Amino acid sequence: MTSLTEKRAARTQPETRTIRGKVHLREHLMGWLFVGPFGVVFLAFLIAPLAYALYLSLFQKKLIGGTSFVLFDNYVKAFTDPSFLSGAWFVIRFSLVSIPVQIIIALAMALILDSVTTLFARFSRLMIFLPYAIPTVIGAVMWGFLYSRGFGPLTDIFGLFGATAPDFLGSDLIFYGLLNVVTWQWAGYYMIILYAALQGVDPTLYEAARMDGAGRWQIATRIKIPLIAPALILILVFSLIGTLQFFNEPQILRYLAAGTIGSDFTPNMYAYQQAFSLANFNYGSAISFALGGIVFICVYAFLFFTRKRRSFL
Amino acid sequence: MKRRRILATVAMLAVGTGLAACSSDEGGSDASNCTNTITKKDLPVVTMWGWYPNTQLVVDNFNKLNNEVQVCWTNVGQGGDEYDKFQTAISAGTGAPDVIMVEADRIPTFQIQGALVDIKKYGYDAVKANYSEGAWKDVSVGDAVYGVPVDGGPMGMIYRKDIFDKYKITPPKTWAEYEQAAQKVKDAGGPLFGDFGANVPAVLMALQIQKGATPFTFDPAQPKAIGVKLNDQASKDVLDYWGGLAKKGLVGTQNQFTPEYITGVINGNYATYISAAWAPGYLTGAGVGKGQDTGKFAVAPLPQWDPANPVQVNWGGSAFSVTKQAKKPELAAKVAYGLYADKESLTDGWTNQIIFPLNLTALKDPAFVDLKVAFFGGQQANKEVYVPAADAYQGVQYAPFGQYYLDAMEKQVSEVIKGSITGSQAADRLQEDVAKYAKEQGFTVQ
Repeated sequence: MTSLTEKRAARTQPETRTIRGKVHLREHLMGWLFVGPFGVVFLAFLIAPLAYALYLSLFQKKLIGGTSFVLFDNYVKAFTDPSFLSGAWFVIRFSLVSIPVQIIIALAMALILDSVTTLFARFSRLMIFLPYAIPTVIGAVMWGFLYSRGFGPLTDIFGLFGATAPDFLGSDLIFYGLLNVVTWQWAGYYMIILYAALQGVDPTLYEAARMDGAGRWQIATRIKIPLIAPALILILVFSLIGTLQFFNEPQILRYLAAGTIGSDFTPNMYAYQQAFSLANFNYGSAISFALGGIVFICVYAFLFFTRKRRSFL
Repeated sequence: MKRRRILATVAMLAVGTGLAACSSDEGGSDASNCTNTITKKDLPVVTMWGWYPNTQLVVDNFNKLNNEVQVCWTNVGQGGDEYDKFQTAISAGTGAPDVIMVEADRIPTFQIQGALVDIKKYGYDAVKANYSEGAWKDVSVGDAVYGVPVDGGPMGMIYRKDIFDKYKITPPKTWAEYEQAAQKVKDAGGPLFGDFGANVPAVLMALQIQKGATPFTFDPAQPKAIGVKLNDQASKDVLDYWGGLAKKGLVGTQNQFTPEYITGVINGNYATYISAAWAPGYLTGAGVGKGQDTGKFAVAPLPQWDPANPVQVNWGGSAFSVTKQAKKPELAAKVAYGLYADKESLTDGWTNQIIFPLNLTALKDPAFVDLKVAFFGGQQANKEVYVPAADAYQGVQYAPFGQYYLDAMEKQVSEVIKGSITGSQAADRLQEDVAKYAKEQGFTVQ
């Protein structure tokens, strides 16, 4: 009896091992199968285009003489090209002004909506968020018409007081014209993120604070803001990346303010012009990568200076 | 477990088919999505891009008359939009149409990239006599012909009769008189006299050529060498002249082809519009001359620098070219030669002022020459202004990097408008910029 069982055991052991091996392999395969769809899309639509653009940026194509490998010449050219540098300087300046403005507005709105719980608050929340639901292109066209001195409302409004309307599409005020469009579009979106973060704060903390004698203002500055700091940093990074890649709004407003907004207004517009209008895909790719480098440096610097508070990256 | 596996497989398949769907799209060269309807379905099809407002009619006329080939037309955008798409298709090596409408000044740009076909051997001799020599020159590079002329843009000065009458001025014959008239209107509290828009560098180029500038010299026998002369005295004078007018507040600095500008034209904010023969059609399409401003426009010859030696110039005008990507260039050339060349299409074109025809059967047609143009309140604009201007036009050597040149010019003109540099400085900077680009592109700059 015993020998039989032993024998059986001896016989089944390797079998189980192979079965276990098969199961392992199958699970392994299943894992890959699950990752597969994402992997394919990730490789095909992110890694491959990036690699191809990097490859392109190492070549130079001339009308006379054809294509040649130049290594980093395009990058050297980009960082000495006044068009690229002035565009980069513009988006950096624009980020420095527009991001604080947007975040302060979004934060103020979120804090107000968090402490008011009437029906009106819910309505306002929707209204503030609404501009984000309007496509960027439509928003830019709409603002372009509002700014227009020929048929926009500004001329009439200022005319009532006998003043001339400011030209937000002119070269002096285009910065503020764009600032307004961007803030209008994005502040509501950031507000929703901050509002959601505020909803996640434990209300007992407020109660405790009130018992300790804290006022509303103190609760907001001492409890709410520190607790949603990770969300604040998140939207700061989002807006920094988005603003440095500024493209849609100026590209659309160009058709209404062509002399003011040149084809090299922002680095992304310059890359677009080089690639699709002048057929210089190589230099266009190099500009894109150079911009990517600037974005990386800015974001890294930002995260470095806020490293004590960060908890999400 | 089993259900999940099925789901995963389905997901994989979905992604796979999604990717496959991407690759089966052939883009612009696809003949299955024409804007027009082809009735003779068994004939070979040639694809075409174009943006004349009456292209539909032109294509239908061609298809009706022709029993060899049918045209499949798509409008992929006007001017720059179309060129960007064509340029991308050239770089990609696929996606271009067989026949494309291009403005004459772009032909060298595409020709130098080997994107256009020399159509001289595909029936040029049969139609040679239908166009003037100047018209052929604008679409040729050396001896090779890269397009069939359709329309031209002889320039003139459109003006508001009501404003001229009110301030008691007659159409200026010289640019000096133009400035005096502008000053007179301004002193009397009148509107701006014209517009100096940064986004119409082609106009400034034409006006520089009128003063005697030759921006580019290019010998096809030596394709590596190019002459770039953008800061000679004539070029500087013209930019200084317009910069000066803007600085004195005599002309506006609004970008043209914008709703803003058109509103200004309708409201009578500009006394003159320096433009070409196709402008009445364009303005009518944009809504000008239909309401309170009906019949208030007239046209006079372009002011001159030296009235004893008048020079006529051209802005715009277009042609049909055959692209290198055409699978049957011979058939494509038949389309290029035949499109917009039948009487019915041409007549529709000029009666509606969509085109200023270069086809001599229309250009010499008394009905065309004597036409009383409704937009100009019945003025015989062709006879008085545009036909003489077209007859005197000598043709121009355009740059093989026209897009870059015009972009660079737009940039410098914006600076002049801002007041940060003078016209002369703009010309110097432009010369430096364009010469540098030409060198980068492998040319020897003379």
